[in-house]
Amino acid sequence: MKGKVLLISISLLFIALFLLFPLLVVFSEALKQGIDVYIAAITEPDALAAIRLTLITSLFVIPINTLFGLMAAWAIAKFNFWGKSFLISLIDLPFAISPVISGLIFVLLFGSAGFLAPLLDDLHIKIVFAVPGIILATLFVTFPFVARELIPLMQSQGTAEEEAALSLGASGWKTFIKVTLPNIKWGLLYGVILCNARAMGEFGAVSVVSGHIRGLTNTLPLHVEILYNEYSFVAAFAVASLLTLLAIITLILKSLMELRFDRHRSENQIKEGESV
Amino acid sequence: MRNRFAKPSILPGFGLSLGYTLVYLSLIVLIPLALLFLKASNMGWQQFWETVTAPRILASYKISFLTSFLAAGINAVFGLMVAWVFTRYSFPGKRILDGLIDLPFALPTAVAGISLTALYASNGWIGKYLDAFGIKAAFTPFGITIALIFIGLPFVVRTVQPVIQDLEKETEEAAATLGASKVQTFLSVILPQILPAMLTGFSLAFARALGEYGSVVFISGNMPMKTEIAPLLIMTKLEQFDYDGAAAIAVVMLIVSFLILLLINFIQWRTGIRGSMR
Amino acid sequence: MSMKITDLSMSYGKAKIIQDINLEIAEGELVALLGPSGSGKTTLLRLIAGLETPDSGNIMIDGLDATKWSVGKRKVGFVFQHYALFKHMTIFDNIAFGLRVRPKKLRPPKEAIEQKVMELLQLVQLDELASRYPAQLSGGQRQRVALARALAVEPKILLLDEPFGALDAKVRQELRKWLRRLHEHLHVTSIFVTHDQEEALEVADKVVVMNHGRIEQIGSPIEVYNHPVNQFVFSFLGRVNLFRGRFQHADSASSVGYIRPHDVMLSHEPRNESDMKVIIKHITQVGPLVRLEAEDAEAKNAIEVEMSIQQFKELNFSVGETVFANLEHIKVFQNA
Repeated sequence: MKGKVLLISISLLFIALFLLFPLLVVFSEALKQGIDVYIAAITEPDALAAIRLTLITSLFVIPINTLFGLMAAWAIAKFNFWGKSFLISLIDLPFAISPVISGLIFVLLFGSAGFLAPLLDDLHIKIVFAVPGIILATLFVTFPFVARELIPLMQSQGTAEEEAALSLGASGWKTFIKVTLPNIKWGLLYGVILCNARAMGEFGAVSVVSGHIRGLTNTLPLHVEILYNEYSFVAAFAVASLLTLLAIITLILKSLMELRFDRHRSENQIKEGESV
Repeated sequence: MRNRFAKPSILPGFGLSLGYTLVYLSLIVLIPLALLFLKASNMGWQQFWETVTAPRILASYKISFLTSFLAAGINAVFGLMVAWVFTRYSFPGKRILDGLIDLPFALPTAVAGISLTALYASNGWIGKYLDAFGIKAAFTPFGITIALIFIGLPFVVRTVQPVIQDLEKETEEAAATLGASKVQTFLSVILPQILPAMLTGFSLAFARALGEYGSVVFISGNMPMKTEIAPLLIMTKLEQFDYDGAAAIAVVMLIVSFLILLLINFIQWRTGIRGSMR
Repeated sequence: MSMKITDLSMSYGKAKIIQDINLEIAEGELVALLGPSGSGKTTLLRLIAGLETPDSGNIMIDGLDATKWSVGKRKVGFVFQHYALFKHMTIFDNIAFGLRVRPKKLRPPKEAIEQKVMELLQLVQLDELASRYPAQLSGGQRQRVALARALAVEPKILLLDEPFGALDAKVRQELRKWLRRLHEHLHVTSIFVTHDQEEALEVADKVVVMNHGRIEQIGSPIEVYNHPVNQFVFSFLGRVNLFRGRFQHADSASSVGYIRPHDVMLSHEPRNESDMKVIIKHITQVGPLVRLEAEDAEAKNAIEVEMSIQQFKELNFSVGETVFANLEHIKVFQNA
């Protein structure tokens, strides 16, 4: 019994030290100078612009990546083809790459000295140091989320129900809407929530691509950095607290869904589910 | 051709879904990555080698590598402990704390960065105490390690938890009937079964830590040769418009990440052979 | 080792898993705990082992109160239903485990351990597979390893939880005989749990019939089969014919009569007044027996009769024939 208490205590201490305190510090610092300063910081024009940009980015990124996730999961889970495991590893790629590199590759492609630079110049399109670049970089780092949730889920559900629907005369599209979608709705929602959390919170990749132009190409995380670097600590934490609240809500939603939709949460779920 | 490539199926949409997936991946992932390698190869071998082995860069590899390794190691040990405690025991507040473990996944790295810095700076909640003992956390490799422990913890816990959950309780009971103490049972019966998951979790945490940017740049102070991490160097090169240099360092990092991924796959493949008996 | 269990009870939440169990086991006995799923037999076994804690009652081992003893102290050898072998160790290491984890003072030298393990491997006829892993063995082989592993620490009592449950019928039969022989050779007090009455009757010295957490009857296999004390034991131990209603010589109006198919005597002519007139509906041969299904004229009572092939040939019944069933061996129970 004594050993048990000791283990629990050490674990809780570890969690408090590394997880709980950082969480509390954000709010403590944000409210250090009182609630008025806090509100001022988050309603300041540049902050609002950052909020707007973050939301817009998510608005683009989530549907596009959800579509990708559905497509990829459908192809991988319902069919057998050569090269499937390679494809699955490819989908995991952004997790293995440093966010800075994720941003770098788009700079190399679309930057002023980049590969497509002449073409973009002609078309007067700015991608890097502008909103499109931010969206692209965010797409890159978040596309695995929905796919990774759906693939093992759909793999474990198999193809029997879809085959039954087809044999009863339903069209492919109808089958997808009436049979597949209801079965995966919680996994889909879960993936979307994770995708969103990452999309709104992405820092490294976006930092490389954005150019840090205040009021124009700063997302919330970037805005936090700018404020911090110019020693406006309270403001920085105030803005950070918004992101923290988002994180907390994400965690709560996550827990609720895990209750609803009992599953093993494992980073390597795709790898485990690889061989059907 | 189609028949050898894919098993025929009555389900529709194969071509469409696979096609879309491949196009998307090519546009967003493959082409940009290919370009990276192209750019790096533009430099020619000589220059490439010089760039990636400059002293400042070598120092950054060392710092990145050592701190990541240490952080992943600490996470392996404490992550196992946390996973064990949360799977086997109950205590008040367990549900909430279990959700909290995923915080590093959900929290933007920049926020983690500034809050950890505030915590461990000399006047921070924890920094204060460390200062009293003469230990400096912020702006040292120690601080970097702390940040990397933060972001790596869920990797170990979430990888090991399902394995602990699936442990056959009967093998532990068998060991008890044969006279083994709790410690003996843990070391000879339980640990071998969870070791593969621990290694996987360690590798994941390690790979993530190597590439980590946001949570580290604030607490590290970014002092060249001392607390400068490799990802930051890439950033610096970019700001100086040294695209080639940035690409070169990125390529080295990618190769290392790739090797680690291979390692993870190898571990999983290997333990699949001596796998479950049922 | 001799054991005495007194008034043992255990509940899980509101459910009473076992209630007021009283049981004595003599040194060297081979006892079967027999009952359907949910009868509490496995829980009783685990309580004896020390893997569970009772709510009330005690367990005496060799005259000492062992109720609070830990698993290790009770010196039991436990063979789990699904073997619980250590997947990552060879067969040799599995069997040697109990000896290797002993504290330094009590640990035998390496050579002694090796010798003991090889002896056991030979005993269970697996000596050639010493360096294999559990995953490479068949179910029957794994079961024998589990047994050898439990025997390695020279337990005072051997406890087996549905040891043959997960195996094919043929393998089960072989292992049953083998267990019986092993017991005769080693004389270790043994208790095994089973839901298969044939297994209990074939292997055990003493059968403990359980139902809903209570002991229904304790006795030798012959006793519980031929002289069951109540309806449950009667019907659980073998096939039965059930008759409800009024009986001659019965005190109460609602009684139930039980008779085994092989105790029903069929004849072409009635031999007694009380013989039942029936029409044969169905005849099948099941292995070494012939089974006949018959109904009375109003199709209200059905009866199943068993006889050897020899008897059937002599009496030569056929479907549709009217015959007479003698039920003098019927046992009547009062319904509560």
